Formats: sequence, structure tokens, C-alpha cells
Amino acid sequence: MRQFLRNTNVTFLAGAGLVFIIVQALINLGILNPYWQGVIFWGAAITMVSLGLNLIYGFNGQFSLGQYGFYAIGAYASADITYRWVRNDPSALVVVIFGSILALIFMLGVNAFLRRFYGVFTPTKFLLNFLAAVLGFFLAVRFVNPAIGQSLYQALNGLPSGISQQIVFFLALVGGATLAGIVSYLLGIPVLELGSDYFGIATLGFTIIVKVLLDNTDTILPFPEMKGARGMVGIPKWTTWPWVFFSFIAVVLVMRNLLHSSTGRAILSVREDERAAELMGIDTTSQKIMAFVVGSVFAGLAGGIRAHDLAFLHPTTFGFLPSFNPLIIIVFGGLGSMTGTIITGFFWIFLLEGVLRLYLPEGFETWRFVIYPIVLLLMMLLRPQGLMGRYEIAFLRRPLPPPKKEPSLAQKLIPEAGEVKA
Amino acid sequence: MKGRPENLGPEVEARPVILEIEGLTHYFDSLRAVHDFSVTIKEGELVGLIGPNGAGKTTVFNLITGVYRPTAGSIRYEGAPLIGLPSHEIIQMGIARTFQNIRLFANLTVLDNVLIAYHPHSGYGLTDAIFRSRRFRERERVMIEQSQELLEIFGLADRQNDVAGGLPYGLQRRLEIARALATQPRLLLLDEPAAGMNPQEIDQLMELIRFIRDRFQLTIFLVEHRMRLVMNICEWITVMDFGEIIARGKPEEVRSNPQVIEAYLGRQAIR
Repeated sequence: MRQFLRNTNVTFLAGAGLVFIIVQALINLGILNPYWQGVIFWGAAITMVSLGLNLIYGFNGQFSLGQYGFYAIGAYASADITYRWVRNDPSALVVVIFGSILALIFMLGVNAFLRRFYGVFTPTKFLLNFLAAVLGFFLAVRFVNPAIGQSLYQALNGLPSGISQQIVFFLALVGGATLAGIVSYLLGIPVLELGSDYFGIATLGFTIIVKVLLDNTDTILPFPEMKGARGMVGIPKWTTWPWVFFSFIAVVLVMRNLLHSSTGRAILSVREDERAAELMGIDTTSQKIMAFVVGSVFAGLAGGIRAHDLAFLHPTTFGFLPSFNPLIIIVFGGLGSMTGTIITGFFWIFLLEGVLRLYLPEGFETWRFVIYPIVLLLMMLLRPQGLMGRYEIAFLRRPLPPPKKEPSLAQKLIPEAGEVKA
Repeated sequence: MKGRPENLGPEVEARPVILEIEGLTHYFDSLRAVHDFSVTIKEGELVGLIGPNGAGKTTVFNLITGVYRPTAGSIRYEGAPLIGLPSHEIIQMGIARTFQNIRLFANLTVLDNVLIAYHPHSGYGLTDAIFRSRRFRERERVMIEQSQELLEIFGLADRQNDVAGGLPYGLQRRLEIARALATQPRLLLLDEPAAGMNPQEIDQLMELIRFIRDRFQLTIFLVEHRMRLVMNICEWITVMDFGEIIARGKPEEVRSNPQVIEAYLGRQAIR
């Protein structure tokens, strides 16, 4: 029994369950008003985005400024799905879900084909993957949507309204995250082959491209309902505490399990010494792309959660300045520490959007942008490794296997081999 | 046969070729680093590559492992051409190497350093890892056991959970070799394994190299500066100077070769 209680998984799950119940109770009892509820949801979303960036930068060592671009893609894509759905139009749902599935299948096919050759030129690889993705979404728009759109809508609407809403919301979140993943994969192929600095600049460019496209969704892109720079209104407010909680736990668990596996070690090795990792037989480029895609999927998921809490999306939310928030959070919390990111992520929103906005005099918001950099500067001077360094709570810590007890076969056969000491 | 001394005996010559380098030439811009380098190594041999600083020895290793793409020449491993392949594919074919200036994953544990090299053989995918499938647990256990066995051979078993960067220099050198062996090679390239060691440590290292060669049935190609090591364990030696091969033969032949003495000690020494 004692052993059981000491098991970190049990402790963690119990703790998480407790947090879930307490917050849900506070919401139900009306103690937590919608504003503070929003702060918690926002904190969870920004933490998910930051965890993704920590995977890319803190654990894999690739300096990225593109995280908010994927956050925006996830937010707008999932918002569009539910926006149209509540207006009796299933097209966005069908196109995003089936388009993603088709695109993924085609991209898998392309990559299986390319594996038969060696030394494939990166632009070729990018172009073929890009065409595969475009073909997938084109087929979804042109054929899948007209064929099954209406019948799917009727089938889902035949269910009790609460259930169909939950299903659509789930599909919207998955769709937004998948779309972010596909875009990040396409971006990652050409860009991650570059060194880390170039990667940072290219991803910054990507964030700016996304922002500009969002500003013009109604003019140069065919999405009048997103209303460009005026901001998208009328998104259903479907995000509830269980959705936030379980998405968040899913992100934490996926990231933890990924990092504590052989792939996770390969990801770390790229950060430590890319050349040495390559010369230990690790395909560093695909490890980098993998970490980048997973991090972006987290951001896309967080975008969906945030969009359906705010019920309003505006391109400036995903602009240049806010896009540094996740970076600040992970540097503050400690590069390569999930614990640090989680603590700082929530604390950041709690402090800046909760406490400071409510209790400080008017006009303080402007001062925030003077204070952030100063705090960051002090942090870099006084504690450059971040709040937590690389510390993790027991559940998130990489397990250290116990040393072996019995002497090995080699030692039994050749006793002197074990005695060679430095 | 090209790229080999003549007098190694019929028993060795009958073995299959594992590595065949022919006419290898590499320029860094206009600087000629390696010129017309040819070596043929047979299975199970222990071959040395020596030469003064800047002779191009490490460049040869970098060319074999795909770090650079040679200007001209061919490299074949068990008959398959290597030129143009990315490094990780070359390593996965069964060539492993260590580095002259130690390149461990300094912030990770000793065990992790070895486990990382097992990654291409991990045998499970992303979904196994995320959902902690049975295959994940099974394969992870086997990988850890194998790594621990390797660490034991190198006398690092009790340091497995220490940070690799914090190990004493001699142990770091050994961990490098252990990590290289974890990639499960048939050909091991050792780049100055004795650098910075004292004579006593070199003696231990020699014993270790001989031992791992027999235990893992390796062919070893090593670059070295320290004559004590090279002369004692190598079956034959190639000598480079200014990117070119100036001599090859058994250790005792190379030792008395005037061209080699000149390259190492300068023209004055011969008079």
C-alpha cells in the first residue's frame, strides 16, 4: 500500500483529480466568477503553447518564434468549424477533418516513395509534400464535402444536441491541431535543415505571414466570416473546465511520455550536440521536424481552446509582440523544464491578466511593456537558467534506472575486463 | 591489392574486404586536405593511421562518416558506396566512430549517452511511446539491460546515473567508445583514443581495444598520435603527411622508414 502511494503516477493523478474537482466545485458554487475562470482557461492555453515551444527550443534546441502562428492557425481553424456548424453549414468541419486525413495519407505515401531514394534534394521533398497536402484539401473541398456534408450534418444533428455539440467541438479541436501540425511539417522540411539561427528568423517570418493573412481573411482569402482585421465574432462559447483540463493533461502526458522514450532521448541529443547525434546514427533532421510538429500540434490545440473561451478572435492577438509571450514564459520557467513552464505559464496570466489588470490603477497596461523587459533582464542577470533550471517534479522527471545487481556475462567470462579502471 | 602492404600473409588476404577507399581527395576551398588516399581494410584487422598534426587524418574519418563530401574518390563499405549518404545512414550500416575532442552529450547521464546510440535499434515508434505499450516497456527494458552490460565492460556501471560531463577525462574517453559500440558497428573508427592519457592509461586502453575487438568481432581503424599505442596494437599502419600517404607497412617497417622519421622529426633528425 505504501509502495502504491509512493508511486509518482498515483500521486500525480490524485493531485490532478483533486485540482479538477476543486476548480469544478468553485465554478459550480459561483465562487469563481467568469473573469477568473477565463484567466485559468487562458493560463492553461498559454501553458500548452509554451510547453510546445519548450519541446522545440528547450528540449530540442531549435530557436523558434513561430509558435503563435500555429496557435493562430489552430484558433481560427477550429473557430471556423464551429462558427459554420452552428449556422447549419458543415463544410468547414468536413473539409478540415477529411482534408487533413487525405493530406496525411498522401504525405505518408510521398514519404514512403521518397525513402526508396537516398540523398533526396530538400526542395523536392518539400514540393512533393506540399502538393500532397494541397491535393488532399482540394479533394475534400471539391468531392468529399458535396458528397457527405449534408448527410453528416443530419446524422450528427440527429443526436441529442448536447452530445452533437461535444462531438463537433472535439472534432474542431482535433482539426485545428492537425492543421497546425500539417502546416508545421511543411514549414519544417525546408527550414529545419538550416541551422538554428536561420530557423529562428524563418519562423518569425512565418508568424508575420500568418498575421498578415489573418488581417486579410475576407479580402485575399475566401473566409468572409473571419472578417479580417475587424475580428471574428460569433464563435460559440463552448470551452468548459473539463475540456480545458483534459486537453491540458493530454498535452502534459503526451509530452512526458514522448520525452521519456528513446525518441525523447534522441530529441535531447540533438540539443546537446547535433553533429555527435548524427554520428550516433540518429536522423537529426527528422527528430527536429518531429519535435517541431508535436510542439505545433500543442499550440493548435491550445488555439482551439482559447478561441471557444473568448468567442472572439482578432489578428492582433497573434501579432508580433504577443508572439514573444511563450518564449518569455519558457525562459523564465527554465529551458528544458516542463514543471517550470507549467508554473510560469499559469502564473504569468494570473499575474498580468488577473491581478495586475484588476487591482492596479488605469494606464498600467501600457507600463507592462516597460516592466516585462526589465524583469526579463533581471532574470537573465540573476538566474540565467530560469526559475526551475531543469528541475522536474517526480512525475515528470526522467526515471533513472536502478543499477544492475548481478555481474554480467562479460564480467563472469573475462573478470579482468571489469577491473580496468581509470 | 591496392591500399595495402604486400606482406601481411595469405591468411589475412583471404578475408573479405570491409572498407575500401580509393583515390580519396578533398579540398577545403583551395587547401588540399587529402590527396589520392587509398586504403583497403579486411574484416577483423586493426589498422592504424598516423601522421603529424594537420596531415589530414581526421578529415579522412570525416569523409568516411559523411561529415564532408569528398572532392573525388570512392569509399565502399562491404561493397556499398558511401559517398553522398547522410551520416546517420552510414552509421546505421555498421560504422561507428569516436571523436578526437570528446563529444559526449555532456548534460545527460552516462546511461542516456549509451541509450541514445541505441535509438536506431529501439524497435518502437511514437505511438508506442505515447501510449506506453507493451512493446515500449519490453524494448526499453532490453535496451537498458544491453546498455548496462556495455557500461560494465567499460567499468562505468557504477557511474550510470552520473552526468557525463562530470566524469573524469579518462572515463569520458571510455564512455565515447562505449557509446560508439552501442550503435552496433562492425567497423569502429577511433579518432585519437589515447589523446591526453598517460603511459599507464594507454596500456589499459590497449588492453581494452584488444578486448572489445574480440568480444564484438570488430574491425578497427584508428587515428593516433601516440606511438606507444599504435606500434603495439596495430597490425599494419598507414602514414600520412600533408594529405598524402607516404608509407604503409607493419609497425616495425614503418618505424624504420626514413620518410616517416623525416615527417615526424624533420630533416635534421636524419643526419
